[in-house]
Amino acid sequence: MVSPHVETPAIDSTARAEQTPDLPQPYVELGLADDEYARIKEILGRRPTEAELAMYSVMWSEHCSYKSSKKHLSYFGKTTTPEMREKMLAGIGENAGVVDIGDGWAVTFKVESHNHPSYVEPYQGAATGVGGIVRDILAMGARPLAVADPLRFGPADAPDTRRVLPGVVAGVAGYGNCLGLPNIGGEVVFDESYAGNPLVNALCVGAMRVEDLHLAHASGTGNKIILFGARTGLDGIGGVSVLASDTFSGDETAGGRKKLPSVQVGDPFTEKVLIECCLELFAKKLVVGIQDLGGAGLSCATSELAAAGDGGMHIDLDQVPLRAKGMTAAEILSSESQERMCAVVSPSDVDAFMAVCAKWDVIATEIGEVTDGEHLVITWGGETVVDVPPRTVAHQGPVYDRPYARPAAQDTVQANTPDSLARPSTPDELRETLLTLIASPNLASKEWVTQQYDRYVRGNTVLAQPSDSGVIRIDESTGRGVAVATDCNSRFVYLDPYAGTQLALAEAYRNVATSGAQPMAVTNCLNFGSPRDPGVMWQFERAVHGLADGCAQLGVPVTGGNVSFYNQTGETAILPTPVVGVLGVVDDVTRRIPTGIGNEAGESLLLLGDTHDEFGGSAWAHVIHQHLGGLPPKVDLERERLLAEILVAGSRDGMISAAHDLSDGGLAQAFVEMVLIGQCGARAILADDQDPFVQLFSESAGRVLVAVPRSEELRFTEMCGARGLPWRRAGVVDPESGSLEIQDIATFGLDELRTAWEGTLPALFG
Amino acid sequence: MSPRIGVITFPGTLDDVDASRAVRYSGAEAVDLWHADADLKGVDAVVVPGGFSYGDYLRCGAIARFAPVMTSVVEAAGKGMPVLGICNGFQILCEAGLLPGALVRNEKLHFVCRDQWLRVENNDTVWSTRYDQGAEVLIPLKSGEGGYMADQATLDRLEGDGRVVFRYVGGNPNGSRNDIAGIASESGRVVGLMPHPEHAIDALTGPSDDGLGMFYSALDALVPSA
Repeated sequence: MVSPHVETPAIDSTARAEQTPDLPQPYVELGLADDEYARIKEILGRRPTEAELAMYSVMWSEHCSYKSSKKHLSYFGKTTTPEMREKMLAGIGENAGVVDIGDGWAVTFKVESHNHPSYVEPYQGAATGVGGIVRDILAMGARPLAVADPLRFGPADAPDTRRVLPGVVAGVAGYGNCLGLPNIGGEVVFDESYAGNPLVNALCVGAMRVEDLHLAHASGTGNKIILFGARTGLDGIGGVSVLASDTFSGDETAGGRKKLPSVQVGDPFTEKVLIECCLELFAKKLVVGIQDLGGAGLSCATSELAAAGDGGMHIDLDQVPLRAKGMTAAEILSSESQERMCAVVSPSDVDAFMAVCAKWDVIATEIGEVTDGEHLVITWGGETVVDVPPRTVAHQGPVYDRPYARPAAQDTVQANTPDSLARPSTPDELRETLLTLIASPNLASKEWVTQQYDRYVRGNTVLAQPSDSGVIRIDESTGRGVAVATDCNSRFVYLDPYAGTQLALAEAYRNVATSGAQPMAVTNCLNFGSPRDPGVMWQFERAVHGLADGCAQLGVPVTGGNVSFYNQTGETAILPTPVVGVLGVVDDVTRRIPTGIGNEAGESLLLLGDTHDEFGGSAWAHVIHQHLGGLPPKVDLERERLLAEILVAGSRDGMISAAHDLSDGGLAQAFVEMVLIGQCGARAILADDQDPFVQLFSESAGRVLVAVPRSEELRFTEMCGARGLPWRRAGVVDPESGSLEIQDIATFGLDELRTAWEGTLPALFG
Repeated sequence: MSPRIGVITFPGTLDDVDASRAVRYSGAEAVDLWHADADLKGVDAVVVPGGFSYGDYLRCGAIARFAPVMTSVVEAAGKGMPVLGICNGFQILCEAGLLPGALVRNEKLHFVCRDQWLRVENNDTVWSTRYDQGAEVLIPLKSGEGGYMADQATLDRLEGDGRVVFRYVGGNPNGSRNDIAGIASESGRVVGLMPHPEHAIDALTGPSDDGLGMFYSALDALVPSA
């Protein structure tokens, strides 16, 4: 056992802080503002110790405290009705939201960003992003079931994208595959605005029996605090390393400490073992409360556990197993070493708890206990280095009402409509347009990425990419399962943040329904530029309102989310990217709707919904004209809800044999993907009364292309008619043809389409 | 009484639940075996499932083969107990000396997860009798170190003795010598393959149910009269 503190000359204890009230402290370097530092002093009635300063600075950071977004995020609560809350077992503020999906099953899901680390160190940044979200789900008491990764990169052909993308994909694969979680969905999007700011968002979904829900809290005086999992090291310390600078008591002889990267290093094997260990601990009911160690490490875990409990807590940092010499108390508290969990355990269960950990070869150490006091007290080398009211650290951080204003340029952007762009009109031009679009990086097959992910492990994956949503079976005896989709067209959000975010919600909602699932709950990962820019704050405020209002209208609650600010290079922010994740329930996964056609002999293709001349923010405007202006497509959430009802009913009654949502690239893209995924030809029939270009490439929302067995066609169309959902015949499946024929316009061999659609990413990334 | 087939769990094993499910689907009883326990609990056959045993931070399977349970498996295999190694399990069987050769990093260096066509090259092993000779089956492959390597003499012996059980068709996914996907021991009772038959037991969750044939084959051998 290392005794790290003996090398440090003086411990900055609370007693020393009392004696040296005017000692200069590097709070600015740690990201705290003058008034924030003053407030800490006011709370404590003295200057903070080095360790306390580390805790407050990291817990009051934007990432942990949501200080710029809190004001606006409260709107989610205001718009959630009691009916929407009915199925919610845990919501915003917990590690992850939990919903009751019936039959005694609870499902939890959440998305988090790991954007900045993934730019600095793509492999480890992405890997630990997966690891972190999986521990969030585990901390709810659930078995993690699947992951999905919405990813965004700079232009596909940019040199830096070749550095970032392969690393990120390998990191997601390396960690997720080794963890044994199927990767069932996600997105890969390219845009210039992400060139210096790739977005690496990670989603995890997990399930448990309703009665097994574990919330993070530390109740019960005398209960023990046990840290288990990996040792604590110097990785991921980030800003706190300034505390070790020579102006502030650092120990310069502790070799190379400052050379360690601030991006954490992942060990998926340790996490896999930790998962199984935790699940056994849960099953044996040996845990009173549990919290994962993610951002802000022990600072976050101890203050949150204590703040959520009814007493105080004492932690003895000397007990923490370390993997580096000479670590200070501040460093131990701030370390973001991965694969660690913190549990509250009844004293009578400690031996049994330790036995389970020993079985799994997991290091477990008692580091403290719940006290009858009100403070979180942390000692180190026999001296008190932290003595704080935990809520002031965990929940009472600063809240900012940052100025926001619609940017003056927004009018110019919206006035710059795509109406004047040259449109293809001849059959040859339309043919060429289709081939160009399906081969463009955003619309091309993502198989180069997804074939690096294990989608099969655990044997419950019913649908995975490239399907509209990922579907996982939860109960083998009943076939109950869940579907998950994430979406965001950030070009739409840029043009109109309110409507654009509702379009993201609509698309994810539609994607879940397109797989045959009833949408139930929403999570989000709100990726934006700097909150100090009033224009960005306006985008954020509009996006939150759009999403909250949209969810209220659809009757699905937002159960959690994540905010990532400061995604910008210099003054240029990324396109606003509020990624929306929707969770749906499938009563019987054997009824899931696949994307590919050709599952039944004789299928008709029907287009559900209305098509308008809508090209603002479209893939066509982007790819062909490098144009981004005008307004996004109209959003009609009542229509989306009706469409979902039809899809779910159609799936339940076996009336739909395949379906695909229309989004980027419009009808043409949907046709191409349905024939290629199904490896089956088709004939598409366009309507006589609308411009073929508009029919093929418009991105109007609220549309799905469905394949219906001939025998069910009348029943299905009568249902649509009776419920007021517009539909028209859009073609027939033609297994013999080996081609996609768009009547009177062009015929494409499936091989020709496949070459165009599948060739792009391998050509770029090898 | 239905045969009992053991499924080993090492720390880092991932596909043990899937292998057990496949065993149950075939009609046998799945018995959990633990890496640290040398007791094979009287099972009639053993499946060494896929995953990343001990993280595979060393050469894949190199640590697992020293686990107490593997000593028992090697001993039992010597007495004729049927053993199937899938993916990491195949790597472990090679490390343990039950099968010749080794598995190396995929040619293109990426992890590959895809539905893979295999040709049954020998339907006379304990794990392949239910297939027609030359049949093509669709089984998921998912591995980063799936390239089968052996020296030329070993390859010649395997080919000459008909010990190549499964061969990749429709493109070699990982650079395996001779497109080899799976091989058998001399006795034909120990088989290892990189693709995952336990993920192809139901069209709902896999590309086919072609993988069940391996488990049925073993059952046939264990219950000769059935």
